Amino acid sequence: MNALYRDLQWFERAPEDFSARIKAVGNSAGPLGRELQALALHSLDLNQLTRLAKVIARANADGRSLDPLVPFRLAILSNSTMDMIVPALVASAARHGIALEVIQPSYDQVAQEALTPDSTVNRSRPDAVLFALDYRALPLKLVPGDAEASTAMVDGAIGYLRALRDGIRANSTAVCIFQTFAPPAEALFGSLDRALPGTLRHVLDNINSELAASLPGTGDVLLDIAALAETVGLAEWHNPQLWNLGKFAFSDELIPLYADHVARVVAALRGKSRKALILDLDNTVWGGVIGDDGLEGIQLAQGDARGEAHLAVQRLALDLRQRGIVLAVSSKNTDEVAREPFLKHPEMLLKLDHIAVFQANWNDKSTNIQAIAEELSLGLDAMVFLDDNPVERGLVRSLLPQVAVPELPEEPAYYARTLAAAGYFEAVAFAGEDLKRAGFYQDNARRASLQKQAGGVDAYLASLDMTITFQPFDATGRARIVQLINKSNQYNLTTRRYTEPEVIEAENAPDVFTLQVRLADIFGDNGMISVVICRPASPDTGEPAAWEIDTWLMSCRVLGRRVEHMVLRELLEHARAAGIQKLLGTYRPTDRNKLVVDHFAKLGFTKIREESSGLTLWEFGVDGVKPEPAPMKVVSTGFSATCDNRPRTPSLTV
Amino acid sequence: MDESQIYARLSEIFESVFDDDSIQVTPALSAKDVDGWDSLAHIRLMLTVERAFKVKFTTPEIGKLENVGGLVALIQEKLQTN
Repeated sequence: MNALYRDLQWFERAPEDFSARIKAVGNSAGPLGRELQALALHSLDLNQLTRLAKVIARANADGRSLDPLVPFRLAILSNSTMDMIVPALVASAARHGIALEVIQPSYDQVAQEALTPDSTVNRSRPDAVLFALDYRALPLKLVPGDAEASTAMVDGAIGYLRALRDGIRANSTAVCIFQTFAPPAEALFGSLDRALPGTLRHVLDNINSELAASLPGTGDVLLDIAALAETVGLAEWHNPQLWNLGKFAFSDELIPLYADHVARVVAALRGKSRKALILDLDNTVWGGVIGDDGLEGIQLAQGDARGEAHLAVQRLALDLRQRGIVLAVSSKNTDEVAREPFLKHPEMLLKLDHIAVFQANWNDKSTNIQAIAEELSLGLDAMVFLDDNPVERGLVRSLLPQVAVPELPEEPAYYARTLAAAGYFEAVAFAGEDLKRAGFYQDNARRASLQKQAGGVDAYLASLDMTITFQPFDATGRARIVQLINKSNQYNLTTRRYTEPEVIEAENAPDVFTLQVRLADIFGDNGMISVVICRPASPDTGEPAAWEIDTWLMSCRVLGRRVEHMVLRELLEHARAAGIQKLLGTYRPTDRNKLVVDHFAKLGFTKIREESSGLTLWEFGVDGVKPEPAPMKVVSTGFSATCDNRPRTPSLTV
Repeated sequence: MDESQIYARLSEIFESVFDDDSIQVTPALSAKDVDGWDSLAHIRLMLTVERAFKVKFTTPEIGKLENVGGLVALIQEKLQTN
């Protein structure tokens, strides 16, 4: 079975300590409803959903408030056994911000409950009634080839459902939710079943069409279970053994998926469907990193496998916009660089005037998403955030739990499907206003001003369990070092390009200090992310020994994690050991590295000189104040005893 | 998989299905000993066991279980033929 749907893989996996967290519910300070929702917002199997539902039931029995979950009373009428499904519904509803109360009369009393004015269901005054009927509930008979009888059966079935609906309508204001019918996986003739009137397949196709046509505009709601069953496969959906065992209408493996779909409809009825999609750019809407790869380097072309995957994301975003979902961008890039593909790349489907708010800067994404929400006058719980980077996803989930952040698989070809499968934008009605909504925001890709910085980023970074590894240049790292030196444009202080022989020279020169830096975190190894080369500064007589920072570059992926602070700390260690008293830094401006104009200032260097070209020179005495360490483990290895840079002039005192 | 491993795995399954980590999974354990082990929970238990051990039970096998000892024997039999 397709794991995306069976395991609801747009949700994070259940935490290892799920058992412990279930037991601890209610003990923390925050509102109970939030805690339950946070726990529910994972991929949970039937047993886990059942346990969570038990906790919710206990809270109800104890009279505890489930704020801020919004109450909803759902009556369920079914010709099948719903008992295993009901707890899954309650737990899944919590995920969507709903405190679900289920009214479940005795088994298979569908007509009696709907039509009798003082039935359990009607007396309970539900907000909605779910008719969880499967095809076996309908009075159908096999009449192959008999068109008239076939039509009569379809009319009869629709009439039956209408009578049920009228019964509910006459006795309450409940919304009726009708399911379409999943046909059995097996055919009688084979291909002819669909074409020949009077076969089960043919009759059910027609019933589903007529049901779908009859509901819009009535206030009642369609739950397209036929589509859901088709999506996972009818052979997976239907389980004859389970039907025989206890009249379970479909495979237990699909209960979590079914429950989430019902929960989405209930949430949509309470206005909780999401309204905006915030897109990351690099490796999400195009392959590659615009800042490093440039317009020619990003993958977006039709006919390029990687490019096609990202085009599919753009296409889905545009389709969503067409039905009224607002689009925004949150990217860690310089604003002009991020806008370039929208303005100039011939294959871009998304244009700037599709984007309501365009946030491209180097601040953390949670601050930016808050700014986007304020600019759009929408709550954070109306936002969906799509980002290929698990670190960014974790940050936003951590600091802005109301934002929906789907997990994405490794392979970009499945990004669009995963976003669609998550169903964040479920709608129970579609009106003209929805079409106009996206335009209302006057998609002029404006920038929202940032309010105060989001708190909690440091705590999140500490939770990443980072390890930074410092080594001198060596043969193993050489290829990557050469690549970084020649490829890095943005976080590059001097943009000096070296060939491999020149790198080998630096590697071997006894008075040149080199650094290759690696970073790993709980999501994996980021590989080499920074390169530094220090050369002895030509000594003036009487001047203390100094290192000139010839090269300092870093991968933008690890911005915001204080890697550069840790690099400076490491540089200072080695400088001191080598008798160096000062570090000299240079910023050589290019049209790509505006990002690092303040790099030395932020690290506490003193500016010595600024030239008209924008070039700046900086210094840092080795006995100056070291930057505070970031929460990461440091591994420093492969360095020889000393990198002896002391000049051999007798006037130097150590 | 040896018997002690099967019992260990069943222990986790019982906690998961019955929401109770105090259940002692012994050969004599049966439905009357566990709160909430009704026919519905029984089906949920057997389905969970099927998935966990990657075995399939026939309808009579699901129904006629006396106690955990019988379940373990059934699992071992299925694992051998797998």
